Amino acid sequence: FSWLQNPINPLLLQTRRPFCLGVLPDSLDRSSDSFAQNSKAMDQIVSDLQSHIQKVMAGGGPEAVKRNKSRNKLLPRERIDHLIDPGSSFLELSQLAGHELYDEPLPSAGIITGIGSVHGRLCMFVANDPTVKGGTYYPITVKKHLRAQEIAAQCKLPCIYLVDSGGAFLPQQANVFPDKENFGRIFYNQAVMSAEGIPQIALVLGSCTAGGAYIPAMADESVMVKGNGTIFLAGPPLVKAATGEEVSAEDLGGATVHCKTSGVSDYFAQDELHGLAIGRNIIKNLHKAGNSGMINGLQNILSDYKEPLYDVKELRSIAPTDLKQPFDIRSVIARIVDGSEFDEFKKLYGTTLVTGFARIFGQPVGILGNNGILFNESALKGAHFIELCTQRNIPLVFLQNITGFMVGSKSEANGIAKSGAKMVMAVSCAKVPKITVMVGGSFGAGNYAMCGRAYSPDFLFFWPNARISVMGGAQAAGVLAQIEGGNKKKQGIQWTKEEEEKFKAKVVDAYDKESSAYYSTARLWDDGIIDPADTRKIIGLCISASANRPPEPTKYGVFRM
Amino acid sequence: PVQNNRSNTGKRIEKILVANRGEIACRIMRTAKRLGLRTVAVYSDADSHSLHVKSADESVRIGPPPARSSYLNASSIIEAAIRTGAQAIHPGYGFLSESAEFAQLCEDEGFTFIGPPASAIRDMGDKSASKRIMGAAGVPLVPGYHGHEQDVDLMKSEADKIGYPILIKPTHGGGGKGMRIVQGPGEFVDSFLGAQREAAASFGVDTILLEKYITRPRHIEVQVFGDKHGNILHLYERDCSVQRRHQKIIEEAPAPNVSNDFRSHVGQAAVSAAKAVGYHSAGTVEFIVDTSSGQFYFMEMNTRLQVEHPVTEMIIGQDLVEWQINVANGEPLPMSQSQLPLSGHAFEARIYAENVPKGFLPATGVLHHYNPVPTSSTVRVETGVEEGDTVSMHYDPMIAKLVVWGENRSAALVKLKDSLSKFQVGGLPTNINFLSRLANHQAFQAGEVETHFIEHFRDDLFSDQVAAQPYNAAKLSASMVAACICEKGHRALKERPPGGLSVWYAHPPFRVHHCARRTMELEWVNEYDNIGSKLLTLSITYQPDGSYLIETGESSSPGLEVKVAHLGDHDFRVQTDGASMDVSLAVYSKDRNEHIHIWRGPLHHHFKQKMGLELSNDDEIQHKPTFETASHPPGTVVAPMAGLVVKVLVKNGMKVEEGQPIVVLEAMKMEHVVKAPTAGFIHGLHVAAGQQVSDSSVLFYVKCIPWLVVSVSVVGAEFLLLADTALKVREMRDLAVPNLFVVS
Repeated sequence: FSWLQNPINPLLLQTRRPFCLGVLPDSLDRSSDSFAQNSKAMDQIVSDLQSHIQKVMAGGGPEAVKRNKSRNKLLPRERIDHLIDPGSSFLELSQLAGHELYDEPLPSAGIITGIGSVHGRLCMFVANDPTVKGGTYYPITVKKHLRAQEIAAQCKLPCIYLVDSGGAFLPQQANVFPDKENFGRIFYNQAVMSAEGIPQIALVLGSCTAGGAYIPAMADESVMVKGNGTIFLAGPPLVKAATGEEVSAEDLGGATVHCKTSGVSDYFAQDELHGLAIGRNIIKNLHKAGNSGMINGLQNILSDYKEPLYDVKELRSIAPTDLKQPFDIRSVIARIVDGSEFDEFKKLYGTTLVTGFARIFGQPVGILGNNGILFNESALKGAHFIELCTQRNIPLVFLQNITGFMVGSKSEANGIAKSGAKMVMAVSCAKVPKITVMVGGSFGAGNYAMCGRAYSPDFLFFWPNARISVMGGAQAAGVLAQIEGGNKKKQGIQWTKEEEEKFKAKVVDAYDKESSAYYSTARLWDDGIIDPADTRKIIGLCISASANRPPEPTKYGVFRM
Repeated sequence: PVQNNRSNTGKRIEKILVANRGEIACRIMRTAKRLGLRTVAVYSDADSHSLHVKSADESVRIGPPPARSSYLNASSIIEAAIRTGAQAIHPGYGFLSESAEFAQLCEDEGFTFIGPPASAIRDMGDKSASKRIMGAAGVPLVPGYHGHEQDVDLMKSEADKIGYPILIKPTHGGGGKGMRIVQGPGEFVDSFLGAQREAAASFGVDTILLEKYITRPRHIEVQVFGDKHGNILHLYERDCSVQRRHQKIIEEAPAPNVSNDFRSHVGQAAVSAAKAVGYHSAGTVEFIVDTSSGQFYFMEMNTRLQVEHPVTEMIIGQDLVEWQINVANGEPLPMSQSQLPLSGHAFEARIYAENVPKGFLPATGVLHHYNPVPTSSTVRVETGVEEGDTVSMHYDPMIAKLVVWGENRSAALVKLKDSLSKFQVGGLPTNINFLSRLANHQAFQAGEVETHFIEHFRDDLFSDQVAAQPYNAAKLSASMVAACICEKGHRALKERPPGGLSVWYAHPPFRVHHCARRTMELEWVNEYDNIGSKLLTLSITYQPDGSYLIETGESSSPGLEVKVAHLGDHDFRVQTDGASMDVSLAVYSKDRNEHIHIWRGPLHHHFKQKMGLELSNDDEIQHKPTFETASHPPGTVVAPMAGLVVKVLVKNGMKVEEGQPIVVLEAMKMEHVVKAPTAGFIHGLHVAAGQQVSDSSVLFYVKCIPWLVVSVSVVGAEFLLLADTALKVREMRDLAVPNLFVVS
């Protein structure tokens, strides 16, 4: 239908386009066996991913959803849809958190988090899912809540808490309550963010019991929905047990009590939709709260940008599921940057690390992508490039497919550790927005230099085929078998070849399981598994969200020269 | 009279004051401008920004909104003409157009009155005098007996002479009292004596007149035109049979299903009528035609340019306002009867702001959306309003006249139907849908028009023919509306992304691993049948290819995939099921609702959407469920239209019977009695005579109280309730009767 907006035909553009220095060529061999194999394997992986997602999207199951509806309550994702601007995007985080983590399923860890725009203002949403275990907090629920707050603090995003939770999941209290990064940290974060001027808004749409009561109480502004919303430190049963007083939930901690008498809440909502509408209004009235300094850390954003020349869906066919197969990271870059234009920095030097400048949805980025093992030169080049970007306040995008730094005597003698340290120093200290995507392997110190989770990237995502571990399963098995063999030899035990293979297989199996994207995302080692075809969009949204803060000067520590 | 120094005999008119408003004022000014004449508008305070004022070269305020203080105020109008130096005054139709005094005043003050001589107006204004003159001139009158002699045998013989059926009518009184239709001579005596008794009892006078009763009458009128030299032409006839509330709504020329013989006879009769009163300028002689005999009889003559004159202009290719001006200048008519062409067929449909289901009651309000059909040489839109104007209760609620021309009747009818479907009005109820149904009616298409047409085909006309299943059609429209609104929203976001965050407002909106969805609640304002308004909950899924999957949540209807291209402004191209069509959308807000109209093909649907809940009052006490706010509690009676309260017949707390008149309203030219919908007690009645009420405002409540109410003073306690509780307490409070005992 020619009258509908067609996506730009890449072939047409390519032929029309004048020769341009930075445009990445179409190097993909679509007729090759590996292309076909990758496509097939990735199709399977993506469809597995989709089926996992569909399960968690259903929340706590049809019964719980029905019960929720009968109380005139929306599901958490629907609540968020009503809050964000109509027709705008929402970047949901860690949908598969809690995946196969506990004996019972805990879809999305019982809490929905993500970033969306309200009246043109990006906000972090934290929404309890009352259909999942009554919205109670498991350890991973706490972790997901805290991670959302961490992102909000880092990106200076106003927080909107959609509260509908029974509080801590008591059987797991030991893993929920006492430690530093446990339940109490939620309120600590609220206080600290509020102090920094990052607005904290709570919408009480359901119960909000015990510790949870502090979420609205600690908020800058809070809204309560008549009938459904309740806030109390102890619910009616506990009150009766403690004092003998018999009181209904509504009279004990309903919207009327808290808006009229106690002052725990500020806005009285007739029903949930009204409450959500008040929530939108609160954001509208924030004016510049939390946005002191520059509204947007990034300048020079082009509103008129080009789509990549090549189909983003082909990313599904590029990433090999067999991580031993090398692939040119430029074919990934070509599908995520505007116009497939990539101005490569130090192209001929340290070629196993590809660095260069591009734009994503008009936003300037510096990209670092692995094209093999990190050598001395590649690490130095990486450190250099990061320095350039921090000086210019250009966000960094790391595309990880790294088996590690080069090992061996020559490498050690060349000071690979020193070079690696330089890159790690640069990554650690860089104050520009950092976004990491695991597109293949993420092994060993390569993970560090390429801004792994420990380096506090603003966002970190996994492709479903990606793997993460300290080293490859086979290598680990080899190392462990050697040690075990040595021990046995000392004890004078004969280790048969068969036994050794069995030992190795066990190690490999364990590594295999623990290095999978699902294992990672279930434990919140990342912010979600993404479809490779969505990579461009998600990076675009992340850069926009992380550029919500004013630029900060970067200060490095001592570089070992 | 004052010696007039403005007299300009022999000098041509150069400046015309139009003593009227609305479309006719605009239409007169258009011709005047084409002829190089300057124009002066007069306006009341209600019209200071209206189109006829903008269309004129100069304008003068003549008074406050009520017509009697402005457009009927002859002296202010004359004063305006003096101030602006106009030489001539065109009265238009209505207002002062048929006031012989005004015509005389104009001439006395030295202004040329663009219309007939005052004497002709006077002669034709008196109904019985005019019939006498016509009878003398040989113009056929409805056979009858109007004599003083009332002897029953004489009456019987007169009746036999006239022929049956016969109408027996008391000379005094009205309202149908004492009227009898007599089918044959056998029934006459009984009926006559009965009528006499009833007349005597009702009016104190028992004189009776007899008239031939015409069973299936048609209303055919002849346009006549005369100059000041004694020449009179007839410009063929118009059929104006299709009427509601005795007002024409569709007129056509020439009349369908009449012979050339009839045409020339009726034309000749009209010319004779005009000659008998020394007529010049434009006039219309109205006849009633007995469809069974083909006989026509004189009814009255309208001594003005009529509302429906454009249909005549279309078939003769002449501008009658230009003729009027030329005649006023003393010129002879430009052609003779034999030179006058008759070409093709023309229709005029009058588009009114009115409430068709409520018995065509006039409506008032703001024209939030007004996009009439594009005009051409064969499609004319005569209008005096623009988008944003108010149709007020002070004047006629006509919004526009749609005039079409075709080579023959059926060609013109096709054009009429098409134009009606493209005539977009939003903001107030109109009769456009009704006109469409009329135009589409088989009998109308066959030209079988008669005065009782609408009553005869009531069942067909008030249920919809275009959409066999109105609800399904509305659902499809709602789906298209939802898609168009999303698309329009997307367009706006793309142009001006809030906060400059363009990447967050991509289309379709991004979601991780799923498609974005949105729900929309549209309340269908049902104008098609009487099942009432319906709330449609639509779920919209943004599909990756930019289309929308729309589900209505009814298991019977699967999702509909809709693709939309915004063509600009109100227009969209919508594709569903492999077929694409253009639709138009109008969106405006009114009464805390977003109103959305969609026009697609011959269909027009109107939806309401609650505006942002941000506006809702968060006072706990005033809480009302979201979707009940629009409807009133049972027993509520609202004003059926905007109007003036003339009489209030009961007091609060009074017991009334079902159908008992409570309040009398007056709007436009008619009175409307508001009755009790059920038996019960009246309360909440706060209107008083002389008060203006707006459309749908609450007038009073009728409460049925099945339990005994005993008034007892109670100190401290509000109520003692033996009846079942809270609901009734609230009812009691509503009654505002303090301190009550309620006993079951």
